Order: sequence, then structure tokens, then C-alpha cells
Amino acid sequence: MTSELLTVETVRPWIPPPSPQIMPAEQSEHRSGAVTTVLGFWVYLMSDCLLFAALFATYSVLGREFAGGPTSKELFDLPYVLAETLCLLASSFTYGMVMVALKAGDRGRVLGFLLLTFVLGLGFIGLEVKEFVRMIGEGAGPDRSAFLSAFFTLVGTHGLHVTGGLVWMAVMLVQASLRRFDAVLPIRLTCLSLFWHFLDIIWIGVFTVVYLAGAMS
Amino acid sequence: MNVSATIRPAEPRGGLQSYVTGALLALALTLAPFALVMSGASGTNAVAGIFGLAVIQIVVHMVFFLHLGRSDQRWNLTAFVFTVLIVGILVGGSYWVMYHLDHNMMPMTME
Repeated sequence: MTSELLTVETVRPWIPPPSPQIMPAEQSEHRSGAVTTVLGFWVYLMSDCLLFAALFATYSVLGREFAGGPTSKELFDLPYVLAETLCLLASSFTYGMVMVALKAGDRGRVLGFLLLTFVLGLGFIGLEVKEFVRMIGEGAGPDRSAFLSAFFTLVGTHGLHVTGGLVWMAVMLVQASLRRFDAVLPIRLTCLSLFWHFLDIIWIGVFTVVYLAGAMS
Repeated sequence: MNVSATIRPAEPRGGLQSYVTGALLALALTLAPFALVMSGASGTNAVAGIFGLAVIQIVVHMVFFLHLGRSDQRWNLTAFVFTVLIVGILVGGSYWVMYHLDHNMMPMTME
């Protein structure tokens, strides 16, 4: 009883309300399965957090070692980074709207907001790739200095995560349009929501530690 | 009894309100440090300012987007607090060690 209470209570706010046609017994079985999956995914995210912590630590040690090459102040274009940031923040909000629509059981709005989130995420990646191409074209590639190695590793790892999230989101777009809204689809969408919000949180660290602090020095 | 309590329909959890509030706060907390740096602020206080705003924004995202920190999310919160501890040791420790290493490796001045 106590352990049941603990696990069900743990991730309760992320689990959408059950649809009325599901039987209570089946429902509680689904819910505890959902709780385990979502908590497990959360633990994965926390370990991913440690990966980023290592990259942030590396960057904070190497971030000023320009080796006579271009400095962070010369390279970073803050209005451009602000545009990237707002893209990602807007996509985090629209993914929230996916979860609201999911709880309401509104398939049309789930698909619409999922597509909007996908487009915003794609916009973010597009801007980032364009920035990388510009920097490498200017001779500021990852091989130029310790600062640039650390920069491309940290920002690139975040970009790869976002790209992975976009692939996942494309799969969810197909599933959400084809599958019925059973117990499985909400769990997958909930895990993706955690992943997406998590990447936006990592980006707060990136724009503060890398871009803003770098542009100030 | 506890299960019936979990399926109460009228809870405000993860609702529209939470995301709208979170998005507005996050927008303000994003624009403020960018405005600060783009207006040419620099120095220790400005650095402390943007880092402080980043920490506040992370908390805003945690509370309004991830809905962490409610009394019914003990294990997620426990895992998160533990992660914060490890991240603190990793980042703070690296910086501390490397700073002292750098200091000790400074070229000696002539006696």
C-alpha cells in the first residue's frame, strides 16, 4: 500500500487523466507502468545532466585559451544567439501546449502543436548550423584553439541532442496521427516533453556561460 | 483511496496557466541578461548578475515546465537534488583545481 502510494504519487502530475473507457484495474496497471517508465527516463536525463556538467567544466577551464586566435568577444553575435534562444524557448512553450491538448484528448491540437514545436526546433538547429558554418569559414573551427574545441564540443553536443529530439518528434507526429490515444502514446509524449524541456534548461546554461559571459570578456 | 485521489479531474497540474506563467517569466529572464550584456555591462557584478538570472530561470523552467518540486514528486526531486550536488562538485571542483594549478604554474619572478 505504502509503496504503491509512493510510486503512483511520484510522477502523477505528468500522467494525463485516464480516458473514461479504460477499466479501473487496467488503468492502475497502466499508471504504475507509466510511472516506472517516466521515472526511469528522468533518471536517464539526470545522467545526461552529468555529461553536460563535464562539458561545462571543460569549457569553463578552457574558455579563455584563445591561442592567439579569434576571441569569444569577436566571434559571438548576441542578437543572433537571442534569436536561437527565443526559438528554443517558444518550442518549449508549444510542447507544453501539446501536453495540455493531450490531457484534453484533442488529437488535432496535439498534432498541430507538435508540428509547431518541430518547426521551431528545426529553426533553432538551422540557425546553429549556419553559425557553425560561418565560424569554420572564418577559420574559427574546433581545431583553432582550446577555447574553440571546448565551444564546439559543448554547443555541438547540445545541438546533437536537439537533433535527436527532432527525430523522435517526427516519429511521434506519425504515431500521434495513426495510433489511438491509448496508454502508450501519452507515456512516449510525456518522456519527449521531459527531454525537450531539459534541453531548453541546458541551453540556459549555454547562452549564459558561453555566449553572454564570453561576449563580456 | 489514494488512487482515487490521483484521478481527480479538476487539478491545476500541468495546466495551461502553468505554461503561460512559465513562458512569460522565462521570456523576461532571457531578455534581461541579453539586454544587460548588449548594453555593454561588464565586470564581476555583471557576471554575477547574469549567472543569478540564469539560476532563477532554471528554477522557473523546473517549476512551471517540468512541474518539479511538488510534494508528490519525491523521487524525481531526490534524483534531481543528487544531480545538482554531483554537478556542483564536478564543475566547482574542476574550476577550483584548475585555478590553483594555473596559479602554481605561473612563471616565477626573479629573486
